[in-house]
Amino acid sequence: MLYRVAGQFKTSYKADYALFPVRQDAWLLAFILVLAFVVFPMTANEFMFRALLIPVLIYSLAALGLNILTGYAGQLSLGTGAFMGVGAYACYKLVTIFPEMNIIVAIALSGFFSAGVGVAFGLPSLRIKGFYLAIATLAAQFFLVWLFQKWAWLYNYNTSGAIQVPTIRMFGVAIAGPNATAMAQYYFVLVMVCVITFFAINITRGRIGRVWKSVRDMDIAAELVGINLMKAKLSAFFVSSYIVGIAGALFVFLWRGAAEANLFDIPLSFRVLFIAIIGGLGSILGNYLGAILIVALPVILSTVPRAFGLPISSSMVEHMNVMIIGALIITFLILEPHGLARLWAIVREKLIIWPFPH
Amino acid sequence: MDFLNSVFVKPFADMAAAPDFLIQVLWEGMVSGVLYALIALGFVLIYKSSRIFNFAQGIMVVFAALTLVGLHERGVPAWFAVPLTLLVMFFLAVGVERLVLRPLVNQPDLILFMATIGITLFLIGFGETIFGGENKRMITQELGIPTGSFIFEPFGGFVSIEQRDVTAVVGAVVLVVGLLLFLNKSKMGRAIRALGDDHQAALSVGISLSTIWVLVWFIAGIIALVTGIVWGARAGVSFALEVIAYKALPVLMLGGLESVMGAIIGGLMIGVLEKLFEIYWGQPLLGGNTEIWFAYMLALVVLLFRPQGLFGEKIIERV
Repeated sequence: MLYRVAGQFKTSYKADYALFPVRQDAWLLAFILVLAFVVFPMTANEFMFRALLIPVLIYSLAALGLNILTGYAGQLSLGTGAFMGVGAYACYKLVTIFPEMNIIVAIALSGFFSAGVGVAFGLPSLRIKGFYLAIATLAAQFFLVWLFQKWAWLYNYNTSGAIQVPTIRMFGVAIAGPNATAMAQYYFVLVMVCVITFFAINITRGRIGRVWKSVRDMDIAAELVGINLMKAKLSAFFVSSYIVGIAGALFVFLWRGAAEANLFDIPLSFRVLFIAIIGGLGSILGNYLGAILIVALPVILSTVPRAFGLPISSSMVEHMNVMIIGALIITFLILEPHGLARLWAIVREKLIIWPFPH
Repeated sequence: MDFLNSVFVKPFADMAAAPDFLIQVLWEGMVSGVLYALIALGFVLIYKSSRIFNFAQGIMVVFAALTLVGLHERGVPAWFAVPLTLLVMFFLAVGVERLVLRPLVNQPDLILFMATIGITLFLIGFGETIFGGENKRMITQELGIPTGSFIFEPFGGFVSIEQRDVTAVVGAVVLVVGLLLFLNKSKMGRAIRALGDDHQAALSVGISLSTIWVLVWFIAGIIALVTGIVWGARAGVSFALEVIAYKALPVLMLGGLESVMGAIIGGLMIGVLEKLFEIYWGQPLLGGNTEIWFAYMLALVVLLFRPQGLFGEKIIERV
């Protein structure tokens, strides 16, 4: 009933491959955008912003980057955390060397650094495949995090070895640093995420996206029909690492405020990979659903025992959380290996034909 | 020129100047190599028989060691704690097969890989909830492992070899030989290899997939326990040990995912080379702690020339 498609005729090819072939999808998106831009900021408190809204957006951006590489181009990467780190450190160096540079420019430029590093570590993908490649990206993970620790120039020779975000203003409003309000940061991240998502949707729908998908499905066959594998794989690494790098810069500048090298260690990579896989590989929407699940779960789980007044120590809660998240990941994989995005697709299909079963 | 000298000449001069120290370094490297090889062996067994890239192998090491120590803390005598831990590892194998692998049969490799990461997280949480997260001491003496050390004085120098390391190497060799005999001579072992060669053919001659999977995960559990005891004796038992799991991955790359020989030789190679690199190049030139990535870079370079690893099966692709 809600998704009645009867009467929406398509009279041209253009209309058939439009972004929203079904009008209700556009309304749904508009509703979500109104929620994100108007309702959430009006109702959320500081804790909601810092613990839920901003991290969900940033993690989904990182997962989007990884999803382009793994879900669309089929190259498994376990080095996402390190590429986020490259973005963050590049952005830090840029704003400390050029303090008058606009933060948007700095973040956009820092993406290019991680994209370059990503392409360099993507070069082995031309020779090696599958799990061998996954372990090869772990080389990037361990090497880069080591470099963040040892190369003192990167953190401006701080004694603490950590990067501290200075206060950065844009149009007189503090965006990053200790003086920034959560609301301003939320809006900044939201706009960035929306713009990048828009580009990502259109890249993956277009020619480049279809080239990636054919490489993912079978790279030898793709090569035989005339696709340049090197270009396809390296462009996937470039775009993916660019987005991941921006996510990393946002991660430090608009959420954490400070970062040490081991923040970008392997648990971060895995968390982003979980989001991409539980959300659904090869889907843009999935990243958001996965991020909501993975970010919200620990927050919810840690409030449950307190709500019932159970006398459990906080370290115990921490351990139980890890265990429950592990079990939930397995459960989700068993229930729907194609992720939450596939679940939504099934629900949508059912809504369209409702109340009839077929 | 100075730089070239410090990279290409000075390390070798140092080696020649202090051969006793070099022997010590080589021995240390070999002992950690044996441990990497053991963990990699667990990976290889599971990968061969089920094409599952078992990320949980490293955590199984910690979990087995933690169970052993935890049981002993609760008053179980050491000689009885070992079989009890093996029983726990057996139930773990059955549980993994029943609850995780069976529902996920025929899913893409990536999904199964993620499921093993799920198992990893579960085991970390489970182990910490039951036994606590703090560092524990391995019950070395209680298990009858000697703790003294042999002292040699070759070339007028000084080399100290810990007896527990000797025990570790001997134990590993016994385990590997036993495993190879089991795989090559026994009926079950042949079934495991048959399953590795061709799933469907193996199923069609009546080899039970679930029995073999339980068996393989149980063997991986035994290997994990041995590795856990040995490594725990060196570094204490805590979840920080999981980093050695990351060391086993480049070993796999280097040796090839399907090769038992590759795991052993790759493990020894990486153990020795990373120690040498760390002592003679890493610490003086790069600020140390290079062990964390050296193995990966080495494996990456090897893979560029041999994409299936040194001993892996040649990858033949058909369209």
